[in-house]
Amino acid sequence: MPSPRDVDLRVDLAGILLPNPVMTASGCAAAGRELDAFFDVADLGAVVTKSIMLDPRAGRPTPRMAETPSGMLNSIGLQGPGIDSFLGQELPWLARRRARAVVSIAGSTLGEYAELARRVGSSPGVSAVEVNISCPNVANRGMVFACDPYQAAKVIAVVRRDVPRGVPVFAKLSPDVTDLVGVAEAVVAAGASGLSMINTTLGLAIDPGTLRPVLGGVTGGLSGPAIRPLALRCVWQVHQAMPDVPIIGIGGIKTGFDALAFLVAGASTVQVGTVIFHDPGAPMRIVAELRDELSRRAFTSAAQVVGLAHTPATDSLAATDLEGLRTP
Amino acid sequence: MTASAGPLQQRAEVLSRKQIGAYHILTLVAPGVAERCRPGHFAALAVGGPESGMLLRRAFSIYRVRESGTYGGTLDVVFDVHGPGTAWLATRGPHDIVDVVAPLGRPFALPADQVPCVLVGGGYGSAPLFTLADRLRERGCTVHMVLGASTEQRLFGALEARRSAHSSVVTTEDGSVGVRGRVTDVLSEVVGRSGAAVVYACGPMAMLAAVAGVAEAHGAWSQCAVEEAMACGIGVCMTCVLPVVGDDGRTRMVRSCVEGPVFRGDRVRWSDVGTVPADALGAARGGP
Ligand SMILES: Cc1cc2nc3c(=O)[nH]c(=O)nc-3n(C[C@H](O)[C@H](O)[C@H](O)COP(=O)(O)OP(=O)(O)OC[C@H]3O[C@@H](n4cnc5c(N)ncnc54)[C@H](O)[C@@H]3O)c2cc1C
Ligand SMILES: Cc1cc2nc3c(=O)[nH]c(=O)nc-3n(C[C@H](O)[C@H](O)[C@H](O)COP(=O)(O)O)c2cc1C
Ligand code: FES
Repeated sequence: MPSPRDVDLRVDLAGILLPNPVMTASGCAAAGRELDAFFDVADLGAVVTKSIMLDPRAGRPTPRMAETPSGMLNSIGLQGPGIDSFLGQELPWLARRRARAVVSIAGSTLGEYAELARRVGSSPGVSAVEVNISCPNVANRGMVFACDPYQAAKVIAVVRRDVPRGVPVFAKLSPDVTDLVGVAEAVVAAGASGLSMINTTLGLAIDPGTLRPVLGGVTGGLSGPAIRPLALRCVWQVHQAMPDVPIIGIGGIKTGFDALAFLVAGASTVQVGTVIFHDPGAPMRIVAELRDELSRRAFTSAAQVVGLAHTPATDSLAATDLEGLRTP
Repeated sequence: MTASAGPLQQRAEVLSRKQIGAYHILTLVAPGVAERCRPGHFAALAVGGPESGMLLRRAFSIYRVRESGTYGGTLDVVFDVHGPGTAWLATRGPHDIVDVVAPLGRPFALPADQVPCVLVGGGYGSAPLFTLADRLRERGCTVHMVLGASTEQRLFGALEARRSAHSSVVTTEDGSVGVRGRVTDVLSEVVGRSGAAVVYACGPMAMLAAVAGVAEAHGAWSQCAVEEAMACGIGVCMTCVLPVVGDDGRTRMVRSCVEGPVFRGDRVRWSDVGTVPADALGAARGGP
């Protein structure tokens, strides 16, 4: 059995080389600075920054969160400082720390996405761009871009046009659609280098006292371990349909085994989101645990297990020593 | 704040849990944390154990710390059983492990001069005021305390207040002890009589709003520790915001976990808490 130290965690994600497959999820790590108290952010696969919009944005009224079984609802409303402040202060900090930055952008019109792509695309220190398309489209009666394959593809096309070739563009998909593979195919055809999945799924909580919705924004995005099976299913289905498209698996990842499960379902890398709120040290803990999970199953690299679950069990790279390994 | 002065995450052993009136005092062994704590800092405790379905940490003001001793540094919090998370904490006992992140937030600002100060606590909100009183007295400030609660059971630290402060007044809404009424009923008199330059407060939002008003009416500064629902407690999620006016006169939705929980009372737009005021930075666009 290879010792955990010998496991090669390096991954190639749509042409960018990462030291390990564990990233932070957008909106759950700000721009990395606050997490620096808990671990060195440069040790992460990458930091995915909070989705940034063109202008400063105050977000939704409070309460903005409700705890739910093994998860939470949030309705932050993309509060942020706007692109100027982000490029002037937050991105340079990540570059100084030598952390890999994946910049998440969000807009409410195609024009805003294009402008953001130009600004981010011409900035140094951007490893990749992640496009948050779970935003209402002002020009289409507020329908969320991610829920319409045609609109989703248009966003990706305008972003791709303005981001330099060497910088991959990831489309972040919403699970709240009937034909996920259809949306995935549309954004890949429009030029997405890969897919980040999943964003939160819409939920609601009722306050037992007032018998009214808890959240100021009424509905909110559900995240955390509660959505992990849903996220795994999404990754599985899309990898099945498009095995060559790089996928970033996201949704309720809490342990190294959870990360491994996403890799074998077809993800090349993973993002850790809500669990950071529970355990700020989680991303680097998960890196160490993933190393152990691979090593005890006699794997020598993370890259070799990507999509493994899609091959019949008898043909799989069988673990040599299954002692102590049980279905979690 | 430098990295070495920032928060630590520790699996802390419970040294003891005691019940006092309606509250529990939980003492955790957290070496390294104690030295970093200032009055007004808070701690975020994971609840429910390693397999817990309760994902979010619970925030508690730090009541007191001991930098060293037989057990290394310790940290005390005072809590009320409110829901399942605090109910779980109320079943912890010696040798149990509680995962703690502390110290968090911005502490109370201390005056540069030796001035009279009034400290106001509502319910368990008095918890962070005793170490504050110690610090202020060390600096030569005169300290007056006003503690209030609905009942005597829910009053915390009335005896300690008599030791920590030059004067103390207690109020209960049912009149079971002290003056019948609310802290704000007696506050104006205490602030006036003491000639306070700073009023410090911790307690429910409505109390803080009233305290800030009384302080302003007397020309005193106020330092209010707010309690907003927090998902992360460390500044990464934007859950815990409230409208605060900056030095430039602009209102921003500010994170209470890192830019607070202590704010200047005259800067918080108390009547707009829970909303995004139309003139707040970035509010004009509305949207998702
Ligand atoms: C800075 C700060 C300091 C605090 N200090 C103290 C203290 O010293 N003593 C004390 O007893 N309590 C304190 N609280 C309140 C304490 O955090 C809540 O009572 C506790 O989180 C309730 O958890 P629960 O599971 O029992 O209740 P539930 O209502 O089941 O909690 C559900 C969710 O709502 C959140 N929540 C519920 N009530 C509050 C609240 N009042 N404030 C913030 N979040 C809340 C919880 O964190 C949790 O995520 C403080 C809160 C903050 C923000
Ligand atoms: C508080 C909060 C804020 C979020 N903000 C964003 C965001 O700005 N952009 C985005 O693409 N996703 C955002 N997300 C979604 C996460 O990046 C992630 O896709 C989702 O939470 C599922 O992963 P998790 O279960 O590990 O949190 C946010 C999630 C949370 C909980
Ligand atoms: S609680 Fe997350 S930013 Fe304050």
